[in-house]
Amino acid sequence: MAYLELNNIYKTYGQGDSATEVLSNINLTIEEGEFVAIVGFTGSGKTTLVNLINGLIEPTKGEVLFKGAPVQGTSHERGVIFQNYSLLPWLTVGQNVFMAVKEAFPKKSKTELNDIVAEYVEMVSLTPAINKRPKELSGGMRQRVAVARALAMKPEMIIMDEPLGALDALTRGNLQDEILNIWGKDKRTALLITNDVDEGIYMADRIIPLRPGPNATLGPEFKIDLERPRDKTEMNDNANFKETRNAIIEYLMDIGDERKSKSTVEYVLPELSPKDFVNQFK
Amino acid sequence: MKQSLTLGKVTKFMGLGFLSTLKDLFTGKLDKEDFKTFLRKTVVPIASILLFIGLWHMGAKSLYNIEANHKIEKALTDQGQEAADALRACIASGESGCQPNTLPSPSQVWDSYKSLLRDHNIIAADKAAFIEKTAALNETRIAQGLDPITYTGRPSFVDQIFRSLKTVFAGFLLALFIAVPVGIFIGLSPTLKSAFNWFIQIFKPVSPVVWYLLVFMIVKTLLIGSNEDSSFTISFISVGLCSMWATLVNTAMGVSSVDKDYINVAKVLKLGNFQKIFKVVLPSSLPLIFTGLKITLSVAWMVLIAIELLAQSPGLGLFVWEEFQNGANDSNAKIIVAMFVIGIIGFLLDRLMLTIQNWVSFDKTDAI
Repeated sequence: MAYLELNNIYKTYGQGDSATEVLSNINLTIEEGEFVAIVGFTGSGKTTLVNLINGLIEPTKGEVLFKGAPVQGTSHERGVIFQNYSLLPWLTVGQNVFMAVKEAFPKKSKTELNDIVAEYVEMVSLTPAINKRPKELSGGMRQRVAVARALAMKPEMIIMDEPLGALDALTRGNLQDEILNIWGKDKRTALLITNDVDEGIYMADRIIPLRPGPNATLGPEFKIDLERPRDKTEMNDNANFKETRNAIIEYLMDIGDERKSKSTVEYVLPELSPKDFVNQFK
Repeated sequence: MKQSLTLGKVTKFMGLGFLSTLKDLFTGKLDKEDFKTFLRKTVVPIASILLFIGLWHMGAKSLYNIEANHKIEKALTDQGQEAADALRACIASGESGCQPNTLPSPSQVWDSYKSLLRDHNIIAADKAAFIEKTAALNETRIAQGLDPITYTGRPSFVDQIFRSLKTVFAGFLLALFIAVPVGIFIGLSPTLKSAFNWFIQIFKPVSPVVWYLLVFMIVKTLLIGSNEDSSFTISFISVGLCSMWATLVNTAMGVSSVDKDYINVAKVLKLGNFQKIFKVVLPSSLPLIFTGLKITLSVAWMVLIAIELLAQSPGLGLFVWEEFQNGANDSNAKIIVAMFVIGIIGFLLDRLMLTIQNWVSFDKTDAI
């Protein structure tokens, strides 16, 4: 039995004539301990897919099975790292994490909860900033708080929705390593949604492209057979890496072209010629 | 250095930034760069105030002349040349009995202001003397279980200001305690929203006068048999009911339009309803709630005058009305003094709310 299973998922927004099918016929299985990345263009329905899996929305058709049972609403077993951090600006770093921990472990005493908060804030090396508010932190630091908040609840599966999308390349690289480190420690199942193919290859065991929406569906999967821990610089010279990377990019480019050529909208331009100013004044 | 920095911060925070510029000028710390800002922020407002007073002075003078000429002409046609000459001489002599009744000039208003202050000092002294005189007697009366004797003399202008402020704050608190909780419930539940919407839409535009009459009808019946002075109760309830709508609508809107990201966080963390409201919904709608409260306070202050006038509650509104009815020589000037006092207090109340708002709510632009 697969750990997470998506069977024939369809998701439609709106009703009647104005209905748009965002996702169609999505099938996906993730095994326990696996790190899967889904890559796709912006606007291809990635966030909708994530929200289906974490239980924020329900599919129009089909079923999402988590450990064999259908997903009904959100759960502490699936931790989510949102695209835009979604920290509460009126709480400090510590309070943001504490709120999550308190919900996840309602039976623990306050000191135990504070210990967990301290542990995870330390893990993302933000202990000096624990009493600061999100607006005093840089983008990378905010995302680290979001990571700490998701992981402090000790979820069995981590769902990341373009977690590093808004960060600069250097911070991105550091955070990728940090996330991999944390994942490597207790091998939780992880699902990463990204628009960066390199990021996917560097981090995941398997990459699945999402064909752009409307009617987005999953493409063929690409296995990444690179030894962990992976080294970014060495990876660039690895023949296997190059091959996979080219294959994925080619695939994505092809769907991009296909989408362009498939466009049925024709723009009829009106027949206009410039006004004759010169003759007017003769 | 450090002190002026904190002063600058504090005044800027309160929306009174020009004060720190003024201080910099007197301590000689203003450099050339700031001089333009100083000109714009301090000199220009002062110049416009002077211009306003000048225009007012000239306008009052010409109105005075029109009124005086009209009076003299009327005397001429009604009573003949002799009476007209007598009146002209009387007006020129400045005797109070025959002065034309029109818009007072700035200097008259200033004189009235000083006379009101003098009046206040006299009454305050009188009151202090009274309290001193009755102190011993009151002690024995309290020991005997009797009510102490209180000062029942005429309230001074300053007393009336404080009475008005008391009424406004009582009304404001009433509005706060009704509108914020109701607004939260309406904002949280679409069902309640549609249940209350007609109510809000219909009662929001009702005039203060009508609110007063409504409250009067109810309070009069409730207080039947008691000989307590109900004017304060009636006026503060009316003020509260008139002014609470802005807070109600803003709170409901703030609560129902919380950023979707925060709601998603609350869902993913599986926060309970109580936690969700107090940790996510309320903090995120605080800026809008405070905008509503700010409007509520200024509306409360604005309708207060009309309501005090109707309720015969001895505050600024009643002062204005009584001076108008009084028709004494300096009544018009006193009304203008009251007008400025009302305006300045309204401005200060607004600043007070702005300060509290800046203090409690997070900056929306820095969110996420």
